[in-house]
Amino acid sequence: MSDFPSNAKCVVIGAGIVGNCLVGHLTKLGWSDLVLVDKGPLPNPGGSTGHASNFIFPVDHNKEMCLLGVQSADQYRELGLSVDSGGIEVARTRQRMDELQRRMTSAKAWGVEARLLSPEEVAELVPFVNSEVILGGFYCPSVSVVDSLETGTVMRRLAVDDGCRVLANTEVLDIVTTPGPNPGESRVSAVVTSAGVIETEYAVIACGVWSNRIANMAGASIPLVPAVHQMADVGPIDVLAQTGNEIGYPIVRDMDTFCYERQSAGSMEVGSYGHRPILHHPDDIPSNEEAALSPTEMPFTPDDFDPQMEQAIELMDMLGDAEIKYAINGLLSLTPDAMPCLGEVPEVRNLWAAAAVWVKEGPGMAQAVAEWMTFGYPRVIDVHGADIARFYPEERSEEHIWARAGEHFNKTYGIVHPAEQWESRRNLRVGPYFSRQQELGAFFFQARTWERPQWYESNADLLQRYDLGEREVEWDNRWWSPIGNAEHLNLRENCGLVDLSAFQIFELNGPGAVAYAERLAVNRVAVAVGRSVYTPWLTPDGGFHSDLTMMRTAEDRVRIVTGVFDGGRDSFWARRHMPTDGSVTFTDITGDITTLGLWGPKAPAVLAAVCDADLSQAGSPYGSLREVELDCVAGAAPVRATLFRISYVGDAGWEIYLSTADGPAVWDALMRVGADFGLRPAGGAVYGTSGRLEKGYRLMGAELESEYNPLEAGLARPRVKEADFIGKEAYLKARAAGEPEVRMCVLTVEDLHDSRGRERYMQGGNEPIVTPDGERIVDSHGRVSRVTSAGPGPSVGKHLLMAYLPAELASPGTRLGVVYMNETFDVRVAGTGAVFDPDDSRMKE
Amino acid sequence: MRILCCIKRVPAPGARINVSADGSSVDAAHLGFTTSPHEECAVEEAVRITERGGGEVTVLTVGGAEAGEQLRYAASVGAHRGVLVLTDGSPWDPQRTARALTAAVESLEAADGAFDLILFGNESADSGGFQVGVRVACALGRAVVNGIKGIELSQGEARLRARREIEGGFEVYELGLPAVLGVKEGLNLPRYPTMRGRLASKKLEIATLAPDSSAGGQRLRRLHRPVETVSDTAILGQGADAAAAAVDAIAELGLV
Repeated sequence: MSDFPSNAKCVVIGAGIVGNCLVGHLTKLGWSDLVLVDKGPLPNPGGSTGHASNFIFPVDHNKEMCLLGVQSADQYRELGLSVDSGGIEVARTRQRMDELQRRMTSAKAWGVEARLLSPEEVAELVPFVNSEVILGGFYCPSVSVVDSLETGTVMRRLAVDDGCRVLANTEVLDIVTTPGPNPGESRVSAVVTSAGVIETEYAVIACGVWSNRIANMAGASIPLVPAVHQMADVGPIDVLAQTGNEIGYPIVRDMDTFCYERQSAGSMEVGSYGHRPILHHPDDIPSNEEAALSPTEMPFTPDDFDPQMEQAIELMDMLGDAEIKYAINGLLSLTPDAMPCLGEVPEVRNLWAAAAVWVKEGPGMAQAVAEWMTFGYPRVIDVHGADIARFYPEERSEEHIWARAGEHFNKTYGIVHPAEQWESRRNLRVGPYFSRQQELGAFFFQARTWERPQWYESNADLLQRYDLGEREVEWDNRWWSPIGNAEHLNLRENCGLVDLSAFQIFELNGPGAVAYAERLAVNRVAVAVGRSVYTPWLTPDGGFHSDLTMMRTAEDRVRIVTGVFDGGRDSFWARRHMPTDGSVTFTDITGDITTLGLWGPKAPAVLAAVCDADLSQAGSPYGSLREVELDCVAGAAPVRATLFRISYVGDAGWEIYLSTADGPAVWDALMRVGADFGLRPAGGAVYGTSGRLEKGYRLMGAELESEYNPLEAGLARPRVKEADFIGKEAYLKARAAGEPEVRMCVLTVEDLHDSRGRERYMQGGNEPIVTPDGERIVDSHGRVSRVTSAGPGPSVGKHLLMAYLPAELASPGTRLGVVYMNETFDVRVAGTGAVFDPDDSRMKE
Repeated sequence: MRILCCIKRVPAPGARINVSADGSSVDAAHLGFTTSPHEECAVEEAVRITERGGGEVTVLTVGGAEAGEQLRYAASVGAHRGVLVLTDGSPWDPQRTARALTAAVESLEAADGAFDLILFGNESADSGGFQVGVRVACALGRAVVNGIKGIELSQGEARLRARREIEGGFEVYELGLPAVLGVKEGLNLPRYPTMRGRLASKKLEIATLAPDSSAGGQRLRRLHRPVETVSDTAILGQGADAAAAAVDAIAELGLV
């Protein structure tokens, strides 16, 4: 064993498509002393890669999944290990035909060639399709079939040629950690294998369905579950054999039956996402020796597949007489939110995840992780949606993983609305006003784990006052209510009370707190005690990691307030970059504090009814923090609160920070005294969408991504602070380059009518912005102009969109188009700022 | 022609078979199940005979409810009827199995007439007792030959010729019907079920018979997993470069 690598820079666990591509990409980026370990034999160690159907349909509504899929397909092509077979998604229902129009829209957005086919045109390309059971198809010529095993081999060899050591048939038994630099932290120190111990600085878990079990060895978790995807190989079939190729006909996805038919030489692989969800615990997966085929090719359970066979025969009659030569319950990885798990795990320093990645996006995601490990953040594309730090503790439990995976498995080919809500695992985290909101008929949206009212049925009476009604087309109306618009208009006319309990609130404490806050933030946080700062946090490359509020609440204390969708990522970012000299501590105080938003022209009067403090701009200036007492219950002690004069909706008012225990009393008091001022509760439809969009406020994860910098987003301040901060060098370079190439703009939809005369409402699902000639708009970095947010502007009477546009198109009044459901609608650039009260007089008077 | 195939549900081959900690049973946690390979050939042969000359194939098994899966599989490749002697699924000794099967055959024959031919697998893929077919044949008073790899039916189907492989040739037996044969893999190449066949098999009505047989003389004391022999593989090189090393290795083994 003298040649056993007892030391390494990085141990990559898992030699499937991800692990192999990862060592290849790390090598390309200059890493050495790599070790690749797998418990199985090579080239097919028995994971999910070995039984994958190996095809890539590049179009996905989700940006990360689509662009990393396209990136992966290109990498397979560059290696010559890919064939463009083409592929067709066929529709059996009207709803699916509408969905195919949406697919066309996404194809346009991402620049993927595609066209819609009639049933007859489908049959011309795939003569054995029964065109009588379909209504049409979505054809994508660049659908490809790839050789994932050989690609893995090539990438592995690339690393091996540079010194990477490969240990096949070697099982990982433990991951050893040592205490990290700050209290409660640990870091990777060694990987214990069946062949010996490897001391290492980094370890990456890229072992697919086994990933959570391996992560658990280090006290971490990678929330995924092995799930069955059934597949049967049937043949021989003459018409397929006659092609003389592995793939001679386009792959057919029978979307409404959640099934696909993919030629494999003389046979057809029929795969299904339509059977019942069948989930397994990693410990229930057999070893290589215990598996008749491979560990992830589990015994077929035919009863689950029978309905799919009937549907497959209906679409392709010839399949009925083909013999079932090989059929498996193939395992793949599902996560609670259907996105991969990439990035450093929050629990253990230098332990990385590259898991829940399928063959179709493997090479691209491996590249993203390799870049992340090298440069501090991925460069190929923003991957915040796949960042493993996004998960809250409740999302890492087995109960949650299984429930959510079980819920979304059948949506793999489903028609999923951009605002679609989960049915399982609701009410995990609720604010202190939850029961009151239920009584008011709140319709809740769940933001990761937190329930937030989106609108209140109790406000339905406002529809008449503002003459509002439902939208014409069900899709546009789904997960939407005109009550949200009514709440918006009432807030603008009177005032609204918004539950902001889901805010994620952290504190940096200690003598180094302010200096550290400066290091995180673009804008100066070393302000006077009692002042707050809205600021981006940048990646090392100068793109957005976060945007949030930092409040200097004491000489040596900074409070961080961020949105619930980014709480996990921001918490980890803050902890990961902390100084190691003990000068700063980090505390999550989310559970201790609840926040209410009170806004509208009458908000000062409502608040004054329970607060004796000077609430004028002089007494509570915009952007300031002020400690006050609120008299909520006659005879009871007043409630201490921190007023933060700010607005995300564009009207006068405050975020009111309270002890969670005091929340209900304040809610009751404000609702009581507010009744005389027209106060109504207002939901997320106002706070997150209509109010925000009228003001042109940017949202992390929508407008703000690591691919864009503050200049492009319109969030650059006139001067750059002296203090160093993460991403400063790149930020200064971007500033020095002059005017940004693109600018974030607000656009108004000038005509909502489609070709059938129906009013349509874009949902903010990456709809492409196009020139008047219908051409895509792409900048020199390949970034496409697309809708990042969309929603109503009730006070301006327009449907509003946000999008990055090249500077020459960013002038107010520029006429462009937006593609929605494969039709183009006229839009007009309103500007880079607010369309409502552009000088902010309502907030600051 | 009426043909009966007696089959057994067994763990699918190819995987390491674990035994329970107390050695009393096979650990089925990771196992798939199938029909004993010899018996797959029996079903295939029976189906071919009836495809050629008409008739009916009945498949019979003794086992728990899950053994119905193997009856359906047989139906998916062309068998017409399925009969399950329903037990609690625990392993039975060969005598008890044979008694149960004999009783089932007598019952089926009393209702619908005698089977012209009863096919067994030569031995089951799991316990490999080599007994059940012979015991049933004896109990029924019918001629039996084991190890059969070829069957020819004479004209009129009153007799058959059965072929058994021996070293360097064949033994050929002629039997009058009704008869019993124990067949071996190689008799034919069994077909896979078609998708339509699989779906049709869902409609198979499985007749269930209650077992009425006492335990025989063979007892399971304990299962042991045999010690695995691990063979090392040394890669001597690639292409022509490996030739010298290969010669050395052959010489080392004393082959030249």
